[in-house]
Amino acid sequence: MARVKFLCDADRCIECNACVTACKNENDVPWGINRRRVVTINDGLPGERSVSMACMHCTDAPCAAVCPVNCFYTTVDAVVLHSKDLCIGCGYCFYACPFGAPQYPRVGNFGSRGKMDKCTYCAGGPEADLTQAEYVKYGANRLAEGKLPICAEMCSTKALLAGDGAIIAEIYKERVTRRGYGSGAWGWKTAYKDGVAL
Amino acid sequence: MNTAIQFIRAGAFALLLIFVAAAQPAVAQQAPNPTAQSVKEEQLLKALQPGSVISGRITIPDGSAATLIQPEGQDWRQFHQGTLPIIGAISIIGIITLLALFYATRGRIKIDAGFSGRTITRFGGFDRFVHWLTAGTFIVLALSGLNLSFGKFLILPIFGDAAFATLTGYGKVVHNYLSFPFMVGIALMFVIWVKDNIPNKLDLDWIKAGGGLFVKGVHPPAKRFNAGQKGVFWIVAFGGVVISVSGWFLLFPFTGGQIVGDQQFWVNVHAVLAMIFISAMLAHAYIGSVGMEGAFDAMGSGEVDENWAKEHHSLWVEEQKKLAGASPKGAVPAE
Ligand code: HEM
Ligand code: SF4
Ligand code: SF4
Repeated sequence: MARVKFLCDADRCIECNACVTACKNENDVPWGINRRRVVTINDGLPGERSVSMACMHCTDAPCAAVCPVNCFYTTVDAVVLHSKDLCIGCGYCFYACPFGAPQYPRVGNFGSRGKMDKCTYCAGGPEADLTQAEYVKYGANRLAEGKLPICAEMCSTKALLAGDGAIIAEIYKERVTRRGYGSGAWGWKTAYKDGVAL
Repeated sequence: MNTAIQFIRAGAFALLLIFVAAAQPAVAQQAPNPTAQSVKEEQLLKALQPGSVISGRITIPDGSAATLIQPEGQDWRQFHQGTLPIIGAISIIGIITLLALFYATRGRIKIDAGFSGRTITRFGGFDRFVHWLTAGTFIVLALSGLNLSFGKFLILPIFGDAAFATLTGYGKVVHNYLSFPFMVGIALMFVIWVKDNIPNKLDLDWIKAGGGLFVKGVHPPAKRFNAGQKGVFWIVAFGGVVISVSGWFLLFPFTGGQIVGDQQFWVNVHAVLAMIFISAMLAHAYIGSVGMEGAFDAMGSGEVDENWAKEHHSLWVEEQKKLAGASPKGAVPAE
């Protein structure tokens, strides 16, 4: 099985937010929650770059390590998923996540956190694949349909790449070699403990 | 003439061409080079100060989403999964070991003169209510809190995923709600007892005598509260305030700072303090119950044996006797 990853080629991203919108639509993401977002670094300065970021599906994921109820699991494709049935909304995974991926609907006592929600790599959750129950809690399960995450598919410039980590790293390297520059595979060092050697 | 001028012109033009041609590469080098100018992740990561984040601008209203990468998350994970369990184990298992050793060597501290059969009122109803309000909520807060920190190692294997998650979910709700009566208890306790807990010279002598805890028959004089009890009072006062403030910031996220790092800081404060607080209270509970004959009555019925009072709070007993002599109503509760 492949080790799937996300890679955002910041030198291509034009901050159109198509990934964000596509994700919201495909997964019926609740109001107030963004599973994916686009952050612009050095906005308005020469050399500004935009990066589309969501859960990176880390190797040895910090969120899973700190969860007091052990509700995370990693699929054979190395997608990090969690169970909303087990989650108690404590917020610890948000503290540990280097990418600010976990989000909380504002429900429950003290207007504080509900069950955590985050990017599933369009791979649903622990419920049986492609069931209504799975969709309601976690959104689409495109992986089960043999498709890649919608954000990368919808990317207008093909800046956002999803798929087998080795293959997308190769595509990125080729691009960098051809055009002669690249600002790095954002987040890879932190998430996977290895960058893409350029 | 004309031809001469034409010749010079042609020569000058040729020279110009040569110059332009020579200058061409220099011009090309000044063209924008995206590699030189663009922000690179590697540079940003290298330049990152400990505790800071890589952030930018975001178009959605949630400002905290502008944080792109906070490598600190990994450090917090390290702390919460590595350092905190060590701190917890050392302080809690440590204190239990010490108390067991103390019990094994000193045994239960007896009333040397035995029970007199006469009692004296030590704590009235309100004092005891405040004590048990704080203590009761503390016990539940401590258990539900410890379950969050260590439950998955100790309890989850017994109950399994689903039952443990349900239990921990209720625990969280209970922890959130009981924090309020606990805070009320801490505040009331401070108000009703602070005047008798100001340290003075008497406390130094008490400490020098080891509180009489380690030697049989030694009973340094004390007023209403001895130095040991004053210590417990101030631990509860300071610990109570800090655990409440840090807990408040966890209950209402981002009221104690704008970035994730602030939340991490407050969890760490809350969790480490909880471990120390719990061990201190274990020692307090020991000496107030199994550890010392006659001590529990003070917070149980509120009536303590006169001999117990004479041995542990000699000056307070004298005060009370004087008050009782002055007022025909009898002994006034220790308030
Ligand atoms: C007085 C007010 C208090 C408040 C507002 C408060 C609030 C909180 C909150 C919000 C959490 C995070 C988990 C959750 O959402 O339930 C937490 C965790 C915790 N609390 Fe409290 N708490 C208070 C008092 C205490 C006391 C008195 C103790 C124990 C002596 C305690 C021990 C713990 C522990 C051990 C954790 C888990 C920490 C970790 O593993 O990181 N808390 N508390
Ligand atoms: S990006 Fe965050 S939520 Fe996703 S696997 Fe890594 S630590 Fe967990
Ligand atoms: S919020 Fe939910 S998923 Fe995250 S650490 Fe807490 S219980 Fe686990």
